[in-house]
Amino acid sequence: MRIVVQEAPFDMGAEANAFAAGDEAANGAIVTFTGVVRDLATGDLDVMEIEHYPGMTERALTKIAEEAQSRWSLGDVLVIHRHGRLAPGDRIMMVATASPHRKDAFEAAEYLMDYLKSRAPFWKKEITNSGADWVAAKDEDEDALTRW
Amino acid sequence: MDVLYFAWVRERIGLPKEKVETQAATVSELVAELTAREDRYAAAFADLSALRVALDQELSDFDAPLSGVREVAFFPPMTGG
Repeated sequence: MRIVVQEAPFDMGAEANAFAAGDEAANGAIVTFTGVVRDLATGDLDVMEIEHYPGMTERALTKIAEEAQSRWSLGDVLVIHRHGRLAPGDRIMMVATASPHRKDAFEAAEYLMDYLKSRAPFWKKEITNSGADWVAAKDEDEDALTRW
Repeated sequence: MDVLYFAWVRERIGLPKEKVETQAATVSELVAELTAREDRYAAAFADLSALRVALDQELSDFDAPLSGVREVAFFPPMTGG
């Protein structure tokens, strides 16, 4: 398991390759998901600022990844999440799961995404030339946890 | 104990972290003490349903006891991913 919380950009191709090189023969399935900063519908997002709680962030992500490992047959798990100032199009985060089975790899990746949306201490702020607004948590993100 | 604030809670109170001497037995009692201090605290804690609390970096709730806790953090619902 590898949990990374960093301000710097990451190379999703290099990360996916390094992750896949772990134990390819045992894991027949590798799923990767990458989250990208989406512009606002109005197209005027200048900066997405991501605040986090150092210490708790790493603990929460580790706990979520450990829970995924206990629920599905996983050879390995990767979680990368950035913080600081990002621009539209920048890659925010990435998860990868490796499993002998495709279903486990997909489901575990979805589980990781659902939980790190509302159980990992990150807060997003959208900055445009007309001001700055904290992104409100969505009810549907909280509801998504009930399916697990 | 250390009390930490994040996101708009930090902005409303005007600081990220402070040391608080308290005899509060629960998170709710601590919130009541802070709220009584100044308007900026009252503004931050006006609607507890919009807030989350972590005790020693684990999500908790407002009824939780504070005995033995070293670090309390208040923040809005998280928006990761």
